This record gives sequence, structure tokens and C-alpha cells, in this order.
Amino acid sequence: MLHLLWLIPAAPFAGFVVLALAGRRLSPRGVASVGIGSIAVSAVVSLLIGAAFLSAPPAGYAWTQALWTWIDVGRFRPQIAFYLDPLSLVMTVVVTFVSLLIHVYSAEFMAGDEGYGRFFAYMNLFVASMVVLLLADNLLLLYAGWEGVGLCSYLLIGFWYRDPVNGRAARKAFIVTRVGDTAMAVGLFLLFHELGTLQIQPLMQQAAAQWGAGSPYAVAAALLLLGGAVGKSAQLPLQTWLPDAMAGPTPTSALIHAATMVTAGVYLIARTHVLFALAPVAQHTVAVIGLVTLLMAGFSALTQHDIKRVLAYSTISQIGYMFLALGVGAWAAAIFHFMTHAFFKALLFLAAGIVIEALHDEHDMFRMGGLRRELPVAFWAFVIGGSSLAGLPLVTAGFYSKDLIVWSAWSAPGGSPLLWIGAVIGVLLTAMYTFRLIFLVFFGEAHSHVERRPGLRMTVPVLTLIALSVVGGFVDTPPGLGHVTLFTRFVQHALPAVPRAASGAGGLTETSSMLIAAAAFALGLWLAFELFLRRRRSAEALTATTAGRAIHALWASDWGMDWLYDRLFVRPVVWFARVNRRDVVDLPFLGAALLTRGAWAALSRSQTGRVRWYAAAVMTGTILLVAVVLFL
Amino acid sequence: MASVPLTDALLLAGILFVLGMAGLLARRNILLMLVSIEVMLNAAGFAFVAAGARWGQADGQAMFVFILTMAAAEVSVGLAIVLRLYRRYGQLDADLASGMKG
Repeated sequence: MLHLLWLIPAAPFAGFVVLALAGRRLSPRGVASVGIGSIAVSAVVSLLIGAAFLSAPPAGYAWTQALWTWIDVGRFRPQIAFYLDPLSLVMTVVVTFVSLLIHVYSAEFMAGDEGYGRFFAYMNLFVASMVVLLLADNLLLLYAGWEGVGLCSYLLIGFWYRDPVNGRAARKAFIVTRVGDTAMAVGLFLLFHELGTLQIQPLMQQAAAQWGAGSPYAVAAALLLLGGAVGKSAQLPLQTWLPDAMAGPTPTSALIHAATMVTAGVYLIARTHVLFALAPVAQHTVAVIGLVTLLMAGFSALTQHDIKRVLAYSTISQIGYMFLALGVGAWAAAIFHFMTHAFFKALLFLAAGIVIEALHDEHDMFRMGGLRRELPVAFWAFVIGGSSLAGLPLVTAGFYSKDLIVWSAWSAPGGSPLLWIGAVIGVLLTAMYTFRLIFLVFFGEAHSHVERRPGLRMTVPVLTLIALSVVGGFVDTPPGLGHVTLFTRFVQHALPAVPRAASGAGGLTETSSMLIAAAAFALGLWLAFELFLRRRRSAEALTATTAGRAIHALWASDWGMDWLYDRLFVRPVVWFARVNRRDVVDLPFLGAALLTRGAWAALSRSQTGRVRWYAAAVMTGTILLVAVVLFL
Repeated sequence: MASVPLTDALLLAGILFVLGMAGLLARRNILLMLVSIEVMLNAAGFAFVAAGARWGQADGQAMFVFILTMAAAEVSVGLAIVLRLYRRYGQLDADLASGMKG
């Protein structure tokens, strides 16, 4: 069964090739069946492989399928090979399955769009690249998948390319992530130069053998890889592209900019966890970046008007949680949160798509309202997905994964009370912005008219994700609530185990941490209820004061990051380009061209067309030559 | 028979050559330019003959026969060009045919 592993990336890639070559000639039905069918093959195969892996684990809980040697130059011999272990298996199953649901949803959501075939071609290419990224056996192949998903992200953000705003957002996403990718490429050069291989497992063993803890090489390599991760996962300081990326079609936002691609950074850090363990400084940086990002994005989410931008900031914030977990060394918790987040965030985006389409492309939450009865599916999707996102205790998946992270922020080896406090404040913020969204959109009085209701192909994926957002968390529960550790134990075959301490420093127990987090959730819910449903006026009064308005503007503009980058990078570059319109670097080349032109003009003047002139020139030349021979 | 000194012969050849060259450069009539070239060729031939006589070798004479043949071939091509030029421009001015100037 495991031998079918190559089919998981190959099927979507074949789908992409068919759609790219013949997409215009196929009927919409044909396009949808190719697009969905290829992903379905991929999802079914990955589920079967998952079942086979669980029932009969290969030796060492890892299995490699080498297809062929990619490049063979000296010591550099990367292969096209796929590496299956619990970490990549979990990620692959979640990615292919969520992709399948989103593709089914897109078949109806995108119906009637003139770029129907193009859309499915890009989406299939994305899934193929993402799976290559996850299964890659060496960092070079991983990098190829990494760039592939970046390309698809760019293509899909700018999918409706006739609007220049979308093209701008796409370029911004591409360029900002490129900054991180460059750092990552330099990191790969460093690793290969120092350790002589890019194959991940030997690389990790060699790094552990060759470099001591805190070695400057390990720190540099870990920080460079972290640079790639923060770019792709939209963490501080490269998070500015994700909110603008919402210009793409909503299924794209659900798949690429919420559930899968943006968690590639989390995967990269988990995959190279040995390096980060060797570089405590870098690992601590990961935790701090995660915490700061999750708080900043949480505050920003509170002030957005666009429903998709709220969800975008929420995604940044939740990936901040994953980074926090990685940074304190709770590897399994980060992957657990990745899984539940993929479920409930995809659900929220798909439900947002239903709302947006029902109201004829309305994105502003303040022009919505009272949609509870009109769109029951979207309403329940938001209530359950939102509760999962905010961590409604006991019954939602998000509660279990986030609780594990919050507790780890204190108790794990790299944890500290300060990180824990930040994480709890994050829980409060999450509850607040989530329920602000729900109250604004679904309660209160209706401002607009529902024009279109979702059909079966949009409803079924949403219902499936609702179910997963609830039961997805029961695979791993804290000691006080059944103490199931299926997920953690499985993933810990690939990632180092964290001693799950019964109580951290300072006598805080896991149960009391959980109760405090639940209290934070309740407080956030109550604040949202008071400010955005019961007493809308008080929220308005709060933002009407001078200080309130300034803070609101600061948060709404993502803490002025765009403004800062505009001043810091964009304007100097534009200014320099304007000053340097006649490129200085070009001068030597232009000079050569000018010299040639001058010589041409002089020589062509000598060609008078008069035979006597030529004869005289021949004579003069002869005389000169003879003179040289005779007298010199 | 008093032999002519080689220097005198070469001097005469040189004078003839310079005369031909001056004619070539000064004349615009293409027919007279051809005549001047003929003079130059014969000056060169004369130098060969004189040198051959000085060393008592037949090579100088043989060379002159070559030059004679070549001059005949050259004149036939040259006259063909002259005819074409005359048909085209109605005159024999060589400077008129300067359409290929740079």
C-alpha cells in the first residue's frame, strides 16, 4: 500500500497538466470532474496509506520511496524521493482531505466564472506542490514544493487579474514571501556547505553530531530557515501580505491562505527541529515571534470591517500560536493545532464565502446583519467553527489544541509564565473578535437582502468540516478530561516528546491553566456581546474619543506595518529608481555601444564611392608599407 | 653592345609607374584611367625585364608574358565595366558611379 505514495502528488499534477492543456475545450462539468477527481484520488490514497501505516507501521516509523536521482554533481546528489513518517503523514492526510472538500465547494462557488478551468488548474498545481513540500525527502525538493505553492498563491490571489488591486495584492504577497525565501535559500547553501548533504534525516543526524548546542552555525542555519518560515507563514515581520491576499477567490483563501500553505513554515520548523534544538536562541526567537504576532494580529482583527480580513488576521494569530508551541518545544501541540486549525479555519472561510455570495459580493460586516434565519448553514458553520477557533471548552476541537499550547507555554522546557500570560490574553482576543464577527453578521437587524442560497455541493463540505471541527480534537485530551493521547503519541515517533508535566513552575496545574483559559474565553465572549450586540453605542462611544480613534486607526492598519515598510523600503527604492533612471551600471555597456557607433561613423565616411580615392588609398598604403620595410 | 645600367632601367620604370599613377589619380575619364593602369603595368613589366637581363635569367621575360596576359584579361573586364557605365550614366566620368558611398 505504501508503494502508492508517489500517486499523492502525481494525481493532482496530472490533473493540472490536463486542465492547463485542454481546460478551454472541456465543458465546465468536465473541468470539475478532472479537478475534483484528481484530488479525490490523492485524498483516498493518502487515507489508505494512513490506514496501512497505522495498522502495520514500517520499521522506525519512517519509510522512504526513492523514485529517481534528480541531480548528480560531485557530492551533490539529491533524489526525487518521498519520506513518510507520522509528521508528514498527518500533514498530508489533512491537506489532501481538506483540499478535496474545498475543491467540491469550489465547483459550485466558481460556477459561471470565465476562468473556471484556469482556477482548477491552479488549485490542482497547488495541491501537487504542497504535497511535494510535505513529503520531500531532501530540502531541495522541499524548496521546489515551497516555491510551487508560492507561485500558485500568487496566481490565485491575482486570479481576477482585470482589477489592478488584485494584481497589486498578488505582487505584494509574492515579493514579501520572496524575502523569506531568499533567507531560506541562503540557509540551504549554508547547510550543504557545512554538512555536505540536503537529505533531511542524515542532515539532522550530522548536524547533531558535528555541531554542539549553541554552535554559531546551528544558530545561523536555524535563523535563516526561520526567515523562510515567517515569510510563508505570515509571521512578524513579514505578515503584511496575508490580509491583502484576501483579494483572491474565497476557496483560495480557505485552502491556501488559511488551511494549508501558510502552515508550511510550521512544518519546516517541525521538520528541522533538531537544528532548532541545537540553537536555543533561535528557538526562543520562534516563541517570541509567535507570541508577538498572535497578540498584534488579534488586536488588528478586532477593528476590521471586511469579513475576510478578520479571518486573515485570525489566521496570522493562530499560526502565531503554532509558532509559540514550536518555540517552547511543544512540537506535537503545534501539529495538533495545525490540524484543528485547518478544519475550523477552512470551515469559516467557506461559510464566509456563502455569506459573501449570498449578499452579492458584500464584504463589509457592518452592512450585514440578521442573517441567522436566512442562511442557517452559514450561521451554524460560523457558530461551531467560531467556537472552535475561540476555544469553547469541552466540545470543540480548537479548545483541546489551543489548551495544549497554552499549557505548554508555561510547562514545556522553553516555556515561561510570561509566554503563558500572553497566550491567555490571546484566547481572550480570539473569543472577542470571533464573536464580534458572528454578532455583526448574523444578529441585529438585516441590512441587505439574500440573493442566492448555497446548493448541495457547497453545503456538504461545510457540514463535513463542521463535524471535523467538533470531533477533530478528541484524539488528544488533557489528563483531567479523559487523558487521550493518541495524536501526541503518534506524532512523537517523528518529533521529540515533551514531558507533560503535571504542574509547571509556580504550582500551576494543567487543570487550573485550562480553567483560566476557559475564563478568558468567557470574558472575551461577554465583552463581544456587550460591545457589539447589546450596547453597540458604547463601542461607538469608545472609538469616538481621541485616544480611542488613534488606537482604532493603529490596529486597523495592522500597527502601521504597511506604512512603515512603505517609508522604509518602497519609497527609497522608488526614489532611487527615479534618480537612477539612466542606469549607472549600464554605462560601461552603453559606452561600448557608443564607441562602436563612433568608429562606424568614421569608417563609413571614408567610403566615398570614388574609385580614384580608393586607388589613392591603396597607393598610400603600399608606399607606407614599403617605407616601413625599407627604413625600419 | 653597350648594356644599359640597371639603375637607369629601374629609374625609367619608376618614372613610368609614377606617371601612370598620377594619370590614374588625376583623370576622371574612366577610359584614360584604364590607359594609365596599362602604363603602370608596363612599368612593372619593364622592371622585370631589366632585372632578368641584369642576372641573365629568363624569369624576367616569363614574368612579362604573365603580366601581358593579365593586362589583356583586366582590360577586357575593364572595358565591359566601361560599357555598362556609359549605358547607365551616358558619360565616362568615374566619379558619377559613387552610389555605394558610406
